[in-house]
Amino acid sequence: MDGYSALLVVTFLVVGLAVTMLVLNLLLGPKNPSAIKSEPFECGQVQITSPRQRFSVKFYLIAIVFIVFDIEVVFLIPWAVLYRWFLTQPSWAVLAFTEMLVFLGILGLGLAYFWKRRGLEWD
Amino acid sequence: MTAQVVEALVHAAIKFAILVPGFVLALAALMSWIERRQSAMIQDRVGPNRASIGGVRAWGLFHIIADTLKFALKENIVPRGSNPLLFRLAPFMAMAPALIVFAVMPVGPTNRWVVSNLDVGILFIFAIGSLSVYGATIAGWSSNNNFSLLGALRVSAQMISYEVSLALNLVGVFMVFGSINLQTIIEGQGALLGGVLPKWGIVVQPVAFFLFLAASIAETKRTPFDAPEGEPELVSGYFTEYSGLALATWFLTEFAAVIMVAMMATAVFFGGWQIPWLPPTPALVATWWFQIACVMAFFAKTLFFVWVQMQLRWTLLRMRYDQIMTMGWKYILPISLANVLVTGLFLLLTR
Repeated sequence: MDGYSALLVVTFLVVGLAVTMLVLNLLLGPKNPSAIKSEPFECGQVQITSPRQRFSVKFYLIAIVFIVFDIEVVFLIPWAVLYRWFLTQPSWAVLAFTEMLVFLGILGLGLAYFWKRRGLEWD
Repeated sequence: MTAQVVEALVHAAIKFAILVPGFVLALAALMSWIERRQSAMIQDRVGPNRASIGGVRAWGLFHIIADTLKFALKENIVPRGSNPLLFRLAPFMAMAPALIVFAVMPVGPTNRWVVSNLDVGILFIFAIGSLSVYGATIAGWSSNNNFSLLGALRVSAQMISYEVSLALNLVGVFMVFGSINLQTIIEGQGALLGGVLPKWGIVVQPVAFFLFLAASIAETKRTPFDAPEGEPELVSGYFTEYSGLALATWFLTEFAAVIMVAMMATAVFFGGWQIPWLPPTPALVATWWFQIACVMAFFAKTLFFVWVQMQLRWTLLRMRYDQIMTMGWKYILPISLANVLVTGLFLLLTR
């Protein structure tokens, strides 16, 4: 048996715990809703601006750069796991290292470009 | 399904039901008390010590029970203009992944001591653990509250930024031990370097350990990286509007994440269940007392790292949000890239 069916069982257990807590929360607490109580918190004020509005584009930029680097890590992990094996092969050892040097070099250039264009500044 | 498969699944369920409520949730409940008590000691206050059962105070330990009851019996307020379905679901969307990841953590020497010994153990922890960011982001967005929205934006950007560094720091460890299976990594740390020093992750990858600790504390959103919920600016950040058990769930999630960070640091950098200078020979591993001793060693190391994180929380100052992002992208990320290259070069030259 592989380990994944066990994880499915674990997932059911955790979801069961979550549903139990959700239902307990709905059943146990008192329910006296009022207009003032359900007002969103804004330091005692009536809400001045709605939160459903535009926000800084910086967060999108960070998310896009995150995808690039996360995919880089995904490509890096199989190489890292097999690196020891590559080193035992005389013809592949240097190649395995230099190829990753080139790969990381290109991504390092990308990071340097993003940095230089002030993509990492928060002002 | 054959009877064998059913038996294995039942065993997995029992192991998980012992590990998570028995250790993780119990420790999380204890931490909620320790954290307040310790902050009181550091700030020269008395702290919570009043709850008593029949006049027995026990240093305020009964506050755990009192708090749980109080959280459960409070009204669950849903703010006006919010998205009620997402608002109610969000804390549990954050909690579920934070608890599921414990399933692949080997706490002892054989497969008996792990719920599911996956070959992709650490990748599973990253993949599922990072789903927590959805819960936090959805909570902040669905609250219809300006503070919550700002907290949600901050938490999403901060968590994805540090996730890259977190995975990249461990790449050096994968290169040294040649595996991403947690049990294999822990077994690889049993050898002695030069006959003296245990070959623990911190010895072979010292830079990666400190970067990993910083990045993973940023992932748990605790001081000094708690800009997403910074009290002076954002009230409570993305969970400002929560009350009742839903609010307790946010704290539970945070403490579960702290315990997971402690377990990761233990398993990858501090030898996991290895007892230093006591190599686990097959004959020893077969005895029950050695297995129990190994599990004890694992939990002792985990408790140490939980303690380290609580100390950090109450001794360091909060960083500004731009400082947090600068540290992640301009310092930790380039240094961990360099760490991967240096490790590769070292292994190439000493092959």
